[in-house]
Amino acid sequence: MASGKAVDAVYKVKIPAAAAKLRELYYMAHFMHSHAAHFYALAAPDFVVGPDAPPAERNILGLIGKVGLDLGREVIRQREITQLVQQMVGGRATHPVWNLPGGVSRALSGENLETIKGFVPGLVAFGELGLKLFEDIVLKNKAYLDIVLGDGYELVTNYMGLVDDRNRVTFYDGAVRVVDPDGVEIDRYRESEYLAHVAEHVEPYSYLKFPYLKKLGWQGFKEGKGTSLYQAAPLARLNAADGMATPKAQAAYEKMYATFGGKPVHKLMAHHWARLIELLYAAERLAELAADPEILDPNVRVIPSATPSEGIGIIEAPRGTLTHHFVTDERGIVTKANLIVGTTNNNAPISMAVKKAAQKFIGAGGEATNGLLNMVEMAFRIFDPCFSCATHSLPGQMPLTIELKNAAGETMRTISRS
Amino acid sequence: MKLKIGIYWGAACGGCDVAILDTHERILEIAAAADILFWPIAMDFKYDDVRAMPDGHLDAVLYSGAIRNSENEEIAVLLRRKAKAMIALGACAHIGGIPGLSNMFTRDETLKRVYIESESADNPEGVLPSERTVNDGNELELPRFYNTVKTLSQVVDVDYTIPGCPPASMQIYSAIGLIADGMLPKKGSVIGAGDRALCDECARTKSEKKITKIYRTHERLPDPETCFLEQGYLCLGPATRSGCGSRCIKSGVPCRGCYGPLDGVADQGLKMLSALASVIDGKEEQEINATLDMVAAPLTTLHRFSLASSIPRRKKV
Amino acid sequence: MAFEPRIVGFLCNWCTYTGADLAGTARVKYSPNVRSIRVMCSGRVDPVFIITALAGGADGVLIGGCHPGDCHYQEGNYKALRRYLLLRKILPEYGIEPERVRLEWVSASEGERFGRVVDEFTEQIRALGPLKLEESVLESMKNDVMHEGGTPAHTTGV
Ligand code: SF4
Ligand code: SF4
Ligand code: SF4
Ligand code: FES
Repeated sequence: MASGKAVDAVYKVKIPAAAAKLRELYYMAHFMHSHAAHFYALAAPDFVVGPDAPPAERNILGLIGKVGLDLGREVIRQREITQLVQQMVGGRATHPVWNLPGGVSRALSGENLETIKGFVPGLVAFGELGLKLFEDIVLKNKAYLDIVLGDGYELVTNYMGLVDDRNRVTFYDGAVRVVDPDGVEIDRYRESEYLAHVAEHVEPYSYLKFPYLKKLGWQGFKEGKGTSLYQAAPLARLNAADGMATPKAQAAYEKMYATFGGKPVHKLMAHHWARLIELLYAAERLAELAADPEILDPNVRVIPSATPSEGIGIIEAPRGTLTHHFVTDERGIVTKANLIVGTTNNNAPISMAVKKAAQKFIGAGGEATNGLLNMVEMAFRIFDPCFSCATHSLPGQMPLTIELKNAAGETMRTISRS
Repeated sequence: MKLKIGIYWGAACGGCDVAILDTHERILEIAAAADILFWPIAMDFKYDDVRAMPDGHLDAVLYSGAIRNSENEEIAVLLRRKAKAMIALGACAHIGGIPGLSNMFTRDETLKRVYIESESADNPEGVLPSERTVNDGNELELPRFYNTVKTLSQVVDVDYTIPGCPPASMQIYSAIGLIADGMLPKKGSVIGAGDRALCDECARTKSEKKITKIYRTHERLPDPETCFLEQGYLCLGPATRSGCGSRCIKSGVPCRGCYGPLDGVADQGLKMLSALASVIDGKEEQEINATLDMVAAPLTTLHRFSLASSIPRRKKV
Repeated sequence: MAFEPRIVGFLCNWCTYTGADLAGTARVKYSPNVRSIRVMCSGRVDPVFIITALAGGADGVLIGGCHPGDCHYQEGNYKALRRYLLLRKILPEYGIEPERVRLEWVSASEGERFGRVVDEFTEQIRALGPLKLEESVLESMKNDVMHEGGTPAHTTGV
């Protein structure tokens, strides 16, 4: 989607309204699938099955064992529907090919729209289900609530997210807004200006760069007010916005902030909560788009006439603000590309969150059981279950080495997982 | 007896893993028929768990992604040892896929572009990621970034291939069925796909028409019923294996070749080159060249997914 | 040692190959650098043959076919021409000079002309120097090894 917007800009073409709506419709289904997979398959097992359950059980299958096959089937079924919607709108659920400079390659058929409309109630209910499960399983369980509210998973940074003209969360198009740790807007920009607002620092020990806010300058791995680091991803988007654009999601948004006693929230586990609110928002927004009569407009393409040159596209990817920047020759062949990918934004925050969780749960002289090590990894899974988007062709595994040092700084034990 | 399966990704985008998840409810059947003993995206088993397995412990390993760095290769070698059947899953493992396009550059060019020249990089000292760094007295290691992206079969012996970017989920499901039933065909086969060219299953009408103009998809509105190639759009259907359900064609976009070459074809892009040459009209050098000049970036368009498995594998250095 | 171009010639049985024969019997003097492979028609020359020859150590490839209108299979030489022109467009992207591949129409009676074409092409390749495609690809993978000092698991590829 980001590249789709970027190539529209490369060709300096404004796409028809129906094309933009189709892209957004597709994208809402994509968001639902991605958030559902992230939460149910990759994060929820930590809570539902338990952070120290053996790996053979701490997964989607163990989760289904725990919550019951019927509920498990329902989650799988609704996620299947989100993939189906993508297929009906964009031809393929993964790597859609119907995005073209100037719009999309085909209009939506009335028949497919009817099918999608039939899915809508189930999808919205699915959005609500996630929040209910989160409440029942996490919030009503003292041990887990302590994990959410405790200071093991906390990081104070700035927050970034796309907002609409009323500063509400949006995914497909809007302005990038950044708020500081007190929730005050400190930066705002559109696609074409991104280079004036973000920059990326390079460290020799990582293939992933470390973005920061340009006007505050690179200050290293420092949290708190005045830091130039920011988080993207669900909680950051909610923190950076004034609310949600759909009613049920807005109610859930208010409830979350009420529980934490104000905005912004710095507790990292709230990313999971925020993710579920976004899942509900995506369902509601999908419903709105499906009900929009313009979505069937056959006019979905404009043939570009300008000579292609350079363009930038920004969207909210499930794991954070996604920027695509292309420079092309006069035939539209890319000569340069620059991407700042969802998880990349969070690189420094992830590193710091992992370190803090390690200090908190294992501490000096502590015994590092597998369960504790997993609790350290959970600090990572808040942001990204898989780490594949940000590193592209780089390692998709999670090697983790923790050195336990005593007060004198001598290494007592090194635990590695690779 | 329950099957034992491992799933891994090298230089991958994660789409192949999503394709496995997209078997939807059938994933429960898969789980009933097989113990998944390694799957980084969905389960918490670690490399050491794999190292501890006896050789040949896993009935099958599904490896998606290309070989881009030393870690991709090391785990491929490890899993090969632990697997009775090594299966290349998806275009990246099969023919290099999109990561293989970086064989148009060298390692140094890529690193320089990403970490130094990139528009948003702030790197006045020209720091590059390094395989070994000492930080606070701790030595940190990174996998080695390779110069040349390789396919899975270029580094380990591969028994079967499930093609596609990503493979159609039903095809993955039926391939696992073949393993479960002990019905795997002869070693080296492509499973979960057809054995003819995509054109054979494509519903568009063909009329042996010759072309004098070549268009890119965004340049005009193609007729929805007629063969793309005969309308002048570069469709890789003639050089691509069937099995995807012609999903791109049905969405109004020509095939880009993700299912890879047919059996016995040494180079998918060159096969397409021949196919294209036979629909272009003209007998004079000048008029033929006028048509061919409309093909932008011909090498990578013909080898969009298969550059790393093309005969020279990469741009000459 | 001076560089002696290694050239593979794919020559049509009906014309160029016979032309080459004639050059031999007529004792035309020309460079010995072309190793000829007889094909039934220039239209039979798959681009795979050409790239395989280059990847396998050839510095140049010569394709010989019947003059336009004379192909025994009607259109074979036109097909060859279109493939050849397209192939020449991808070669530079691989970093290979397109001049290393050449298509010529030489009839069965043009023995002398065959000699001239070979001489000229040989000089052209001599000027370009050795191609060393395989060496270049192997060299590019020299450091693609799992461990310091390790040996590449598979270095043969081309
Ligand atoms: S084959 Fe396609 S879907 Fe699979 S890992 Fe490669 S790029 Fe992703
Ligand atoms: S070239 Fe493409 S559009 Fe034409 S028949 Fe083949 S697959 Fe179908
Ligand atoms: S139409 Fe071509 S590119 Fe599209 S999925 Fe099928 S094989 Fe792949
Ligand atoms: S027979 Fe000589 S070129 Fe066709």
